[in-house]
Amino acid sequence: MTETVSIGKQHDLAQRHLAHHFDTPQQQFDAGKLGMWLFLSTELLLFSGLFCAYAVYRALHPEIFRYAGQYLDMPSGLANTLILLTSGLTMALAVRFAQLGRRIGLVVCLFLTICGGLGFLGLHGYEYFTNYREKLLWGLNYNPSHGPHGQAIAPIRSLTPLTVRSLPGGVGGWASLKALGRQGFIVSHSAIAPAASGPPGIAAGQRHTVRLAPYAQPANVQLFFSIYYLMTGLHSLHVLIGVILMTWLLFRAWRGDFSPRYYTPVDLIGLYWGIVDMIWMFLFPLLYLLH
Amino acid sequence: MTTAAVTTLPARRSQVTDNYLTQDRRLRSWLFTLDHKRIGVLYLATSLLAMLIGGLLAMVIRTQLLVPQGLIFHGHGNAAAYAAYKHYNQIFTLHGIIMVFMVLIPIIPGALGNFVLPLMLGAKDVAFPRLNLMSFWLYVGGAVLAIASTVAGAVDTGWTFYTPFSIHTETYVVVMLLGIFLIGFSSIFTGLNFIVTIHKLRPPGMTWFRMPLFLWGIYATSIIQVAATPVVGVTLVLLCLERIMGIGIFNPALGGNPVLFQDFFWFYSHPAVYIMILPAMGIISEIVPVFSRKHIFGYSFIAMSSLAIALIGFLVWGHHMFVNGQSAELDAIFSFLTFLVAVPSAVKVFNWLATMYKGAIVLDTPMLYALSFLILFTIGGLTGVILGALATNVVLHDTYFVVGHFHLVMMGGTIIGFIGGLHYWWPKMFGRMYNETLARIACVLLFFGIAITFVPQLIVGAEGMPRRYAHYLPMYQPYMVASSIGAYLQLAAFILMTGYLVHSLVRGRKAPMNPWGGGSLEWTTASPPPHDNFAHPPVIGENYDPYDYRHLAYDPKIGGYVPTGIGDTCGAGKYS
Repeated sequence: MTETVSIGKQHDLAQRHLAHHFDTPQQQFDAGKLGMWLFLSTELLLFSGLFCAYAVYRALHPEIFRYAGQYLDMPSGLANTLILLTSGLTMALAVRFAQLGRRIGLVVCLFLTICGGLGFLGLHGYEYFTNYREKLLWGLNYNPSHGPHGQAIAPIRSLTPLTVRSLPGGVGGWASLKALGRQGFIVSHSAIAPAASGPPGIAAGQRHTVRLAPYAQPANVQLFFSIYYLMTGLHSLHVLIGVILMTWLLFRAWRGDFSPRYYTPVDLIGLYWGIVDMIWMFLFPLLYLLH
Repeated sequence: MTTAAVTTLPARRSQVTDNYLTQDRRLRSWLFTLDHKRIGVLYLATSLLAMLIGGLLAMVIRTQLLVPQGLIFHGHGNAAAYAAYKHYNQIFTLHGIIMVFMVLIPIIPGALGNFVLPLMLGAKDVAFPRLNLMSFWLYVGGAVLAIASTVAGAVDTGWTFYTPFSIHTETYVVVMLLGIFLIGFSSIFTGLNFIVTIHKLRPPGMTWFRMPLFLWGIYATSIIQVAATPVVGVTLVLLCLERIMGIGIFNPALGGNPVLFQDFFWFYSHPAVYIMILPAMGIISEIVPVFSRKHIFGYSFIAMSSLAIALIGFLVWGHHMFVNGQSAELDAIFSFLTFLVAVPSAVKVFNWLATMYKGAIVLDTPMLYALSFLILFTIGGLTGVILGALATNVVLHDTYFVVGHFHLVMMGGTIIGFIGGLHYWWPKMFGRMYNETLARIACVLLFFGIAITFVPQLIVGAEGMPRRYAHYLPMYQPYMVASSIGAYLQLAAFILMTGYLVHSLVRGRKAPMNPWGGGSLEWTTASPPPHDNFAHPPVIGENYDPYDYRHLAYDPKIGGYVPTGIGDTCGAGKYS
């Protein structure tokens, strides 16, 4: 597993990468690192505008967030959170392997991190696709079908305000749901069997999890989806850039460019990936959990 | 250009005759240069070109306003007048965008900062030369895109792009915004580069408090560039998406909040005026002590006041929205914080005055500009305090008073500071002296031009004339004509300046190493400097002080200052 690089070769590598205006490789490394931290602070500030928009609209219109948030696919968001956390670990390990000069370990960890990034993008892309199918889109394009109570007809995925198990079924069961509806609750269509299988309702004796949206659709729900697409879209763009950068790192690591004396790119892109992870750790609860 | 090539070049060529201008004369070596001095010269050329375009647009505006109904754009009947005045809107919008984003923000850090920062620091280059080059090309690309949008359909929103009008106007807002977005990235990378350079490339002995004050100004500026520009970046992207995709964040028709756009925009654009003024203040802090032949007064106060302005500057953006339905509490807080900015600004002004007090003042061109700065900037700054006061703001909001204030601060502050700095470092940059008499005449012309242009604007503003109008009531005409005459005086000053500066490049007397008797490190290398900045790495001794001039004496034979060897504060070897 471990490849040891002779000290002399390491020294050459470090000197080869030393630009003429630096005195020592250490000075160059420190400069690169400070530059990266500053760049990452600008990244945070780039997102800060969106976080600020989120906070402002959430404060002005909490009902929009309460209502719209339930249409996001919480399990998929959770899965993405776990994927990114894991990829954060593999990236940190990659930096460590680079520091130790263990090429194979570095290559494997970079590969795993790339897989994590791609997995995240795939899952998120699928989430976008389902939203697109149900027309749960931003601003002008928000146009889902609407039920009799004005609620958007789309599966409620994140919220379980009221779970009714083993409904008595038939007309009675439906009637009780309708009674709930009269009290201001709205039945989401996920609770309703397809029209072809008979009257709207639930077959007797079956175990069903019925999810109810407790709020009628407020005005301007599209604002939530605008913010959701902007925040997650900008973040996904950063994940994509990270994947591209790590592919480049993987190539260079495979070639054997890095050693304990020169691993600056791994370290810096590791920092970048850390910020990308961290931003998602804020996006996930704000968008998927906090209703 | 590889690093290896850079390091071997000076070895191959003679170091005595070669300087950064002559060491490689091919065009390619200029366009892809990694040398901070050449990048500085490139920035100088491009931003001066932008200033020319922006300035000519200003001349169009001032000519239009010579007569009440408008001299250039006017029409009979509502429809014709509307179409004509729309062109006026496009002209002042373009003037604002070019001057703010392509001239005022990049010109001092990009041109003078790039050139002198590593020299003053005693470093060979900035920390990231490639990033520096990319920064320059992003600036050019952004500027080209922005000006191209003008050809396609010039934006008529004003440089502030307020929604919802900027969402609905037919003009090419998206292309313009993308251009500004690129320029913003250029600004971020320049700031980042300078911060890292100042932190990591200071040679041994160059401690924070031995740095010349221009570097403190640039450092404070860079903090703002790094911390504020991303916010306007995301704001401009949001506005683009608003137009392309209809996201509705700023569009009241879709539930969005247009005032949020103003908050986001000013969160950058107010600090941006400190991006413009802080480096100019840094230049004044260099010029005043050198031409007073006296140590700077209150070094650490001037250094810290730069940081204070940068930090407080982040907290005052709300003063642009006093009449936009902001709550009274917020108004009061923003007004108070706005007053607070006046404190560090005044600290600087008083320290410059104290530096001059009992100094042996030499009225060479750079010093004349510094004095013009003191007068014009102080008038401009004090009118800012008037605007920051809530009661007067309600009356003066969106009048010509705001225009007069802003232009006095920007023309009388940033541009005067820049031109002063250009005259101060011109011998270092190009190795030639300009005609001193003509330069003084141009400075006096420019001073009076600026005063005559913008002080009448304060008066018509106070009398109630709104800004951005293509036509006006006849009662304002005398002031408007005076203002236009001032603008033509400025034009004359700039033409004269171009003449003698270009002449100096061809026929000018060869500049000595230290024509003004400056004490900072850039005056210890040749004019123009060699490719690697210093023939020998500067040795910064225990007693180094960039504002100690006692060891320098004027030598009439070379027309510059030379070290006397007595009280040499820089340690042995500095001038060897």
